Amino acid sequence: MEDIKNIIESLLFVTEEPLTVDRLKKILNQADTIEIRKALNDISEEYRARKGGFYLYQVAGGYQVRTRPEYTPWIKRLIQPKPLRLSKAALETLAIIAYKQPIIRSDIEHIRGVDCGGVLKVLLERKFIRVLGRKEIPGRPLIYGTTRHFLEVFDLKTLKDLPTPKEIEELGNSALEATSGMSQANSEKLEAEKSKNA
Amino acid sequence: MTEAPYRVQLENIFEGPMDLLVHLIKKNELDIYDIPIALITEQYLHYLEWMKMMNIEFAGEFIVMASTLTQIKSRMLLPIHDEEDEEEDPRLEITKPLLEYIQMKSAAENLVKRHLLGEDIFIRGQHREDFLTSIQDEYIKIGLFELIDAFQKILDKIPSDDRMEFTADRISVKDKISQIADILESKGSATFEELFSEKPEKGEVIVTFLAILEMVKLTLVRIVQHAQTKIIRLFYI
Repeated sequence: MEDIKNIIESLLFVTEEPLTVDRLKKILNQADTIEIRKALNDISEEYRARKGGFYLYQVAGGYQVRTRPEYTPWIKRLIQPKPLRLSKAALETLAIIAYKQPIIRSDIEHIRGVDCGGVLKVLLERKFIRVLGRKEIPGRPLIYGTTRHFLEVFDLKTLKDLPTPKEIEELGNSALEATSGMSQANSEKLEAEKSKNA
Repeated sequence: MTEAPYRVQLENIFEGPMDLLVHLIKKNELDIYDIPIALITEQYLHYLEWMKMMNIEFAGEFIVMASTLTQIKSRMLLPIHDEEDEEEDPRLEITKPLLEYIQMKSAAENLVKRHLLGEDIFIRGQHREDFLTSIQDEYIKIGLFELIDAFQKILDKIPSDDRMEFTADRISVKDKISQIADILESKGSATFEELFSEKPEKGEVIVTFLAILEMVKLTLVRIVQHAQTKIIRLFYI
């Protein structure tokens, strides 16, 4: 296909959600994956070189045209988006689920030390998390994981794109050194998660 | 008109016992690997007393943590028998979960620092409803315990007087909320201290504090603290 790049660009212009290579492949009558990737890369490079008002971002396993963060103040004069406004509790719960998924409610509550029922409801309503299934233990509790919407909103390519706990700083580095064993386990878990999703 | 004592329920908006511990560790600049358990327990119980005094209903988890702390404290007092295998530091019972919790807290902070869709970066023709907030999901930048600290400062200003004063027409929390709303409506924002009179009565201070908590819960105000000056400011939403 000669004008594959233009076709893809037109699709990117119209789409409301990130376009995956698979989706593009279907739309483009099984065009060559390598060709599609090359076209996406070319578009991305062009936008970057042009240094315009938007870039092509890789997000939630797909591609999407998004504005450059530098111009946020101007955009906010045009539209008045409501801020994300997740409570600390909701954010913490979301972080725990993002890093430790698949995870059941009691494990989340064990880490946070408080009841998480209300917060989980909010996160489910906002479509940041979803129920993955039930754990085959007494009570068959629900297993939670994050959604694609979570990746979209938090500008993540995949779950692996999350900073490793090692990269997270707080309360001095000493606190982190001692938890490096924990971090190791976590990144392995994320790694496993990734290959499962792939 | 007689009213039942006003109670503020914390529910999910505010923090839990783990946050209180983290707050205390930070405030006292303690080494998490060597927590002075007696000091922490004492301060922890002190906060609980305050919350009780202010009629803030807190979750049972706070009590559970209090008993855990007390138990660790008493185990620390027991003599160590040399013959026995080296026993684990009883404090590990809270150190381990605290470390994990702190790690997840910073993970959460890192999440909001990203370029958020609908906040920092935008897409075309976005359904803006996606980013509408639900009322029960208010984001307060300042924690409850920082607020309690600020509140204690105000109370310290009250001259200690053994006599209790009873006034017939004590202001209710509901009235105070509308008073604060009036102030914020005309000025847009106000500092925490501006909301209290120069020499406030204890009753007034408590009512004001409860009113502020209630307003946060109702998503009427946003409370932020200046990173350097530590001045707490309320904004009308």
